[in-house]
Amino acid sequence: MIESFFQYEFLQNAAITGILIGIVAPLLGVFIVVRRLSLIADALSHITLTGIAASLLLEKKVTGINDWNPVYMGMVFSVGGAILIERLRKLYKHYEELAIPIILSGGIGLGVILISLADGFNTDLFSYLFGSVTAVDRTSMWTVLIITIMVIAIVILFYKELFVLSFDEEQASISGVNGRWIHLLFIVMVALVIAASMQVVGILLVSALMTLPVASALRLARSFKQTIGLSIAFGETSVLIGLFSSYHLSVPPGGTIVMVAVIILVMTILFKKVRTQQWIKGEV
Amino acid sequence: MSNHPIVKMEQVSFKYEREWVVKDVNLTIRQGQFLGLVGPNGSGKSTLIKLMLGLAKPDRGSITLYDRPIKNFSNWQEIGFVSQKANSFNSGFPATVLEVVKAGLVSRIGTFKFFNKKHKDKAMQALHTVEMEDYAHSNIGELSGGQQQRVFIARALVSDPSLLILDEPTVGVDAKHVTEFYDLLGRLNKEQGITLLMVTHDIGTITEHATHVVCMNKTVHFHGNTEEYKEFNDEDLNRLYGHSVQQLTHNHDHDEVNPS
Repeated sequence: MIESFFQYEFLQNAAITGILIGIVAPLLGVFIVVRRLSLIADALSHITLTGIAASLLLEKKVTGINDWNPVYMGMVFSVGGAILIERLRKLYKHYEELAIPIILSGGIGLGVILISLADGFNTDLFSYLFGSVTAVDRTSMWTVLIITIMVIAIVILFYKELFVLSFDEEQASISGVNGRWIHLLFIVMVALVIAASMQVVGILLVSALMTLPVASALRLARSFKQTIGLSIAFGETSVLIGLFSSYHLSVPPGGTIVMVAVIILVMTILFKKVRTQQWIKGEV
Repeated sequence: MSNHPIVKMEQVSFKYEREWVVKDVNLTIRQGQFLGLVGPNGSGKSTLIKLMLGLAKPDRGSITLYDRPIKNFSNWQEIGFVSQKANSFNSGFPATVLEVVKAGLVSRIGTFKFFNKKHKDKAMQALHTVEMEDYAHSNIGELSGGQQQRVFIARALVSDPSLLILDEPTVGVDAKHVTEFYDLLGRLNKEQGITLLMVTHDIGTITEHATHVVCMNKTVHFHGNTEEYKEFNDEDLNRLYGHSVQQLTHNHDHDEVNPS
């Protein structure tokens, strides 16, 4: 792969995009998981698909639109979905999680209709669902780079606010943290990262890259910073090994990346078990 | 400065859905007091605290904090709060004691600024006050209930508040540690001059430590110093807690309102 990497631009695009989302997806994932919002990533990835379908349809039916990158329409839908979820969560105060299935099924419902109108599935769509090492072009790589820089900057700038909001919303509120505004900013970042990650990992598996590395990190970390560090390390390992084996096995990278993440998760669970048992034996 | 009113509530009422949870409360908290707020379950104690902290808005009446109407008040680092919920936080949360305590400095540090060494020292000092500095790098979820409670007090103390509000802080803490806990509060009140407001239903213990007691059931039924409270006899207490609670709520028997 190393030789081919220097030879083929598409491999460079996929690898660099992969490395970037290997950082930002688990980074935001930590906050999503500790706030018990894991399913939001799923809802947003499904509505991203609706955006992609809408873009493919427009490209087919409207003359003059040829070179639209469906990813941008996906981002617009994802961000719109994120804002809708926030609205619905406020509307159903006592059933906040209800917003997620509403957006998820609404998105898929509309998506299916748009896909059919665009004359059904094709290879393009398949690569959006499960990821592809060939789908990423140079411009989307740059877009992902910009999103990555923006997300990292925002997390650093608002680290203490995001931490206090995740740990204790009441405390955040009496600390003068504007929870609603920061939460909206956060969920828009999540929406952008999902749309950005989708090309490599695929829509159906993007939420795994946000949650599985965090699940592994939670087994081992003591502190919040450690959780973030380990999540990124596990996410990055999954992406790199996953992309490499995807290329060699000629299977979609979404599958291999997620399977590496699952293997890491199983390893951390076993490691923690063994260590706890050693600790008990050592103590008694 | 002593005796200066730092919290002033006048005719404060709050309703949840259609029922009045807090009604016509007049309450003044003065600097240096250790005030115990007691009352039966559902008597609106926690709601009163929420109103005081601006977490809920009163339907009627006015609240003044440090001589400012609450909606203009911004100096939140003056007020430390240890919530009832502190007992039921997500105990799987991956954070160390130090990280939790540092979070108490968020209002003091301000937006777009970062934690630095000075904040860490401040947090360690607060942990020292509650005798928990040895646990600074432990995971918060691994501590006992009493230890966690101390950590949450450190988090409230870290911004150097002059008023500390505690909502049922001894729930889930065993008897031996409750005594230590009151000793700690006593030291904060006497040595550091921190004004304390503590919500509790443990009337016996609070009267041994507090300087003032407030009894409420939707409205304030007694407010005075601990000596006076001891004369507030059993019959009154029964009326507040016992079977006649029903009667109170239905007859709008609020004649005992004691303007402070």
